[in-house]
Amino acid sequence: MSVLVIAEHNNKFLKASTLNTVKAALEIDAEVHVLVCGFNNDEVVKQTSAIEGIIKVLQINDDLIEHQLAEQLSQVLVQISKNYTHILAPSTTFGKNFMPRAAAILDVSQISDISAVVSADTFIRPIYAGNAIATVQSSDPIKFITVRPTSFEPVESSGGNAMIEKITFNPEEIKTKFVNREEAQSERPELGNARIVISGGRGLESADNFKLLNEIADKLNAAVGASRAAVDAGYIGNECQVGQTGKMVAPELYIAVGISGAIQHLAGMKESKIIVAINKDEDAPIFAIADYGLKADLFEVLPEFSKELDLLNNIAK
Amino acid sequence: MKILVAVKRVIDYNVQIRVKSDQTGVEMDNVKMSMNPPDENAVEEALKLKDSGIATEVVVVSIGQEKCQDTIRSAMAMGADRGILIKTDVSIEPLAVAKILKAIVEKEQPDMVLLGKQAIDDDSNQTGQMLSALLNWPQGCFISKLGINDKTITITREIDEGLEHLEIQLPAVVTCDLRLNEPRFASLPNIMKAKKKPLDVIAIENLEIDISPRVKFLKVEEPLARKGGVMVADVKELIQKLKYEAKVI
Repeated sequence: MSVLVIAEHNNKFLKASTLNTVKAALEIDAEVHVLVCGFNNDEVVKQTSAIEGIIKVLQINDDLIEHQLAEQLSQVLVQISKNYTHILAPSTTFGKNFMPRAAAILDVSQISDISAVVSADTFIRPIYAGNAIATVQSSDPIKFITVRPTSFEPVESSGGNAMIEKITFNPEEIKTKFVNREEAQSERPELGNARIVISGGRGLESADNFKLLNEIADKLNAAVGASRAAVDAGYIGNECQVGQTGKMVAPELYIAVGISGAIQHLAGMKESKIIVAINKDEDAPIFAIADYGLKADLFEVLPEFSKELDLLNNIAK
Repeated sequence: MKILVAVKRVIDYNVQIRVKSDQTGVEMDNVKMSMNPPDENAVEEALKLKDSGIATEVVVVSIGQEKCQDTIRSAMAMGADRGILIKTDVSIEPLAVAKILKAIVEKEQPDMVLLGKQAIDDDSNQTGQMLSALLNWPQGCFISKLGINDKTITITREIDEGLEHLEIQLPAVVTCDLRLNEPRFASLPNIMKAKKKPLDVIAIENLEIDISPRVKFLKVEEPLARKGGVMVADVKELIQKLKYEAKVI
């Protein structure tokens, strides 16, 4: 029995979601291989082979598959799937895009977004925005699984020394042309695996006011997130959306500012260790799940919060 | 251009769902049902193409119980031309849904199929990708912008890093994000008109498609509830709590 994990990366560095996915794979079986598709990806392959606990890295290095389009990745998976009992990828927009396509070509169902492994054929996954937890059993000969990264501790990114096997990409004609990507640039930690996240909602009232959050984020080394309402209103980019149709986060500290707490938003953050809610409406549902609630005007609270952090840092120094 | 839109009837997004005490699933009796939200965006996008003269016909398809006719009628009240219901009383997995939709595509020969990116009940996010695989058509998933050229479309996909732009050849399968557009409300006259629009009901057995489940639900449980916390008086107290009680800053 071998398990294949598809690495998420950008041809320069490996994304942390891969480490969480490897953890899930190791809970299924000890024989874990990781596939790295892309172009000029030697550095990523090197990082991957250092992941603790994996046996082999499969590398495809081909300019035709540089952008890892769903049509191409599913072709690769179909070609190598016969060697594996389980194929896993992170349940990010990367994994969600190609995994169902490959599964359908092979006539197997996919088990989406698992949060725990019960056995080699039985898994736990949240449904209804996390308001129900299903235990499901697959009867397919190959299990296609996407993994919720925040539900699995990352494995060590160093200490391993897996063998590297180069494989060739046998391209078939595709009808999709890559144009370009607009990647949001940020010096802050990645939203999906930051230790602290501070998120703003409609209560922020403008894009400009997100500066108040950014200032605190920089002091806490936190990532900045947002509710769908704030993204829809154009205050901040879609890559910052936390929730059922956005990103799942589970940091040690989640600070929700001016977010009322619709169930769709809670779905994306309620696994956080400590939740702080700052809202002027005392009936906001976010308070029901917050460890610490502060009913106050965020425009008064945020500058003060920032100042208090400075005081704290000065004492620490 | 002919467009097929697939819609799903789900528990309304505002309803706080309840898990059945026997752990067999979620309580569906006397619960408000609606069209899956991103499916409404798919309908709206098709109608916008019709309004601008690009699309000639918009056909809406749904799979499920007799009651799914309501969902199809609401799409027709928004402006869709006709509807197809594949009738079944059993719940169908995304792979089987994709197989059924493939059969409808082969019959209807649309130039584009639009779907919501994800259903808010099972949160699978699979059907569009699977349908495009079975048709061997290109896919454009999680899109927030759609442009139509002569034989291709240009799409903007919402991805974790930001946005991705692709150009794909028609025919194609496209799955829609909530940010693609603002779905229109159906006016009362249009709701009345929709009642007279054609709606074909096909029994699932007549399609002769294997819909047997591959994934069995062993049980469905309530998630662990978070314990409620405390209210703090001011920022100073909050900082103290975070620093010395929770020890997270």
